[in-house]
Amino acid sequence: MADSAKRSFAAGDWVFRNLTRLFALLTLLLLAAILVSLLYGALPSLAKFGLAFLWRAEWNPPMEEFGGQVHIYGTLVTSLIALIIAVPVSFGIALFLTELSPPWLRRPLGVAIELLAGIPSIVYGMWGLLVFAPLFGQFIQPLLGATLGQLPLLGRLFQGPPMGIGLLCAGVILSIMIIPFIASVMRDVFEVTPGILKESAYAVGATTWEVVWRIVLPYTRVGVIGGIMLGLGRALGETMAVTFVIGNSDQLSDASLFSPGNSIASALANEFTEAVSPMHTASLIELGLVLFVITFIVLVISKLLLLRLAKGEGQRT
Amino acid sequence: MNAIAAETAMMNESSVAALVTQISFRDFNFYYGKYHALKNINLDIYRGQVTAFIGPSGCGKSTLLRTMNRMYDLYPDQRASGGLLLEGMDVLDKSVDINRLRARIGMVFQKPTPFPMSIYENIAFGVKLQERLSRAQMDDRVEWALKKAALWDEVSGILNQSGMSLSGGQQQRLCIARGIAVKPEVLLLDEPTSALDPISTMRIEELIAELKEDFTIVIVTHNMQQAARISDYTAYMYLGELVEFGVTDQIFIKPGKKQTEDYITGRFG
Repeated sequence: MADSAKRSFAAGDWVFRNLTRLFALLTLLLLAAILVSLLYGALPSLAKFGLAFLWRAEWNPPMEEFGGQVHIYGTLVTSLIALIIAVPVSFGIALFLTELSPPWLRRPLGVAIELLAGIPSIVYGMWGLLVFAPLFGQFIQPLLGATLGQLPLLGRLFQGPPMGIGLLCAGVILSIMIIPFIASVMRDVFEVTPGILKESAYAVGATTWEVVWRIVLPYTRVGVIGGIMLGLGRALGETMAVTFVIGNSDQLSDASLFSPGNSIASALANEFTEAVSPMHTASLIELGLVLFVITFIVLVISKLLLLRLAKGEGQRT
Repeated sequence: MNAIAAETAMMNESSVAALVTQISFRDFNFYYGKYHALKNINLDIYRGQVTAFIGPSGCGKSTLLRTMNRMYDLYPDQRASGGLLLEGMDVLDKSVDINRLRARIGMVFQKPTPFPMSIYENIAFGVKLQERLSRAQMDDRVEWALKKAALWDEVSGILNQSGMSLSGGQQQRLCIARGIAVKPEVLLLDEPTSALDPISTMRIEELIAELKEDFTIVIVTHNMQQAARISDYTAYMYLGELVEFGVTDQIFIKPGKKQTEDYITGRFG
């Protein structure tokens, strides 16, 4: 009796272990399957354009000439703008919520941020196109052009007609979309910092800023970088909102961020159903492959960054 | 009067002559929101002496300790009233530079709390907040603090390693080194050995005996033997009140109050 009970336990263990193992392996399998199908689908384009696909600026479906430069540039630049805006703002939000906010304000603000994260991206897109972009073109872009646009080198990024929609506008919309993600992750990890550690820093005479900047941030860096990467991942792959405001232009007329451009995800959404020639479809799939690789590289860079930070602090044993 | 009492009374007198009050509480009260946690505390902490706060859990001994560097300021619903003087300065006064105050009164906590940085930076962190030192001066200061904390021999070759890589006892001595590196006048120890093994505890206790040459030390401890071993003065607290305060030997050998005696002899607590 006892023996059989034991055996059935052991059998249960066996089933459970292998079931969970199966699930875990499934993710690897899916990843490999996606990679393989992307590679297979992109084969004609890969064969015709080779690596040059990455820097060819031409995107001409009728002539069957394709290159991803505009899309890759648009994806990277809009995501970079989004991060440049979102990271400091999110840090400020998290800092305020965990260290400075009066307790009665903490909950409503926290809930508001989580609600922002729940808004569907198409809503951001419509709001961006109909409300934000016109205001952006009317007020903010002229201001940027008159100030940053006058700088030597950097100024080239902020010149040209203020049309509202364009790379910069897409970057700003993206930043609004990823702020809730980064801010709520940062808040969560700031909150798990032991109170006694913060008190220790206060006890040697540190100010709130010094405590957060020198103690809390290094202590939580894994989580903070994780949060930033989560935001970046969303920015890189965001489709709907970007399509609405990026301008969907397959060529870059100048270096200005005011100009319309295109991103990988946006191009895929717009063109996939219209792609008639096999080469067009293959090139779009290759763009998808490139996006996949970009996300992978971002992940690797973040891991390397964490390793370097750990070295800077001294080795753990 | 028996011999022991006479002896302690004599000791009491001889040391009283040289005693200088560094911190004094006068009709001091403390509140967590509406809860009245410390009631009319009157107490003097003497310079260069080790003062221990003992008493059962929740008696307010840690609370009392944390008022001296105004650590409670971090929490909006905690407040203090009454007199709390550090060398004649009103600690509770709103105009007191709190960061300067905390540099004058160092603190070590129940658990080791190394900062997420190298051993060297752990020590230099607090010093940099208060003073501008050259690299060489800072090196000297770090070495001085680590030697004072009896940690130098163990870490002199690994100053660039993470403070978190040390053992628990070493981490706690690192925290003590960090506390004394800013050259405070007073060192507050909040149950500094409660998370440590007996050998590490012994080292910390020896260290405290050496540190009282340079600093006034106030220690909260759950461990009565520890208080008896290392302190010069002992305050016994119960339910937010200071029941008895006096020379440690006297408190432990012949307490003035029944309540103190019951606690010390283990009848409760």
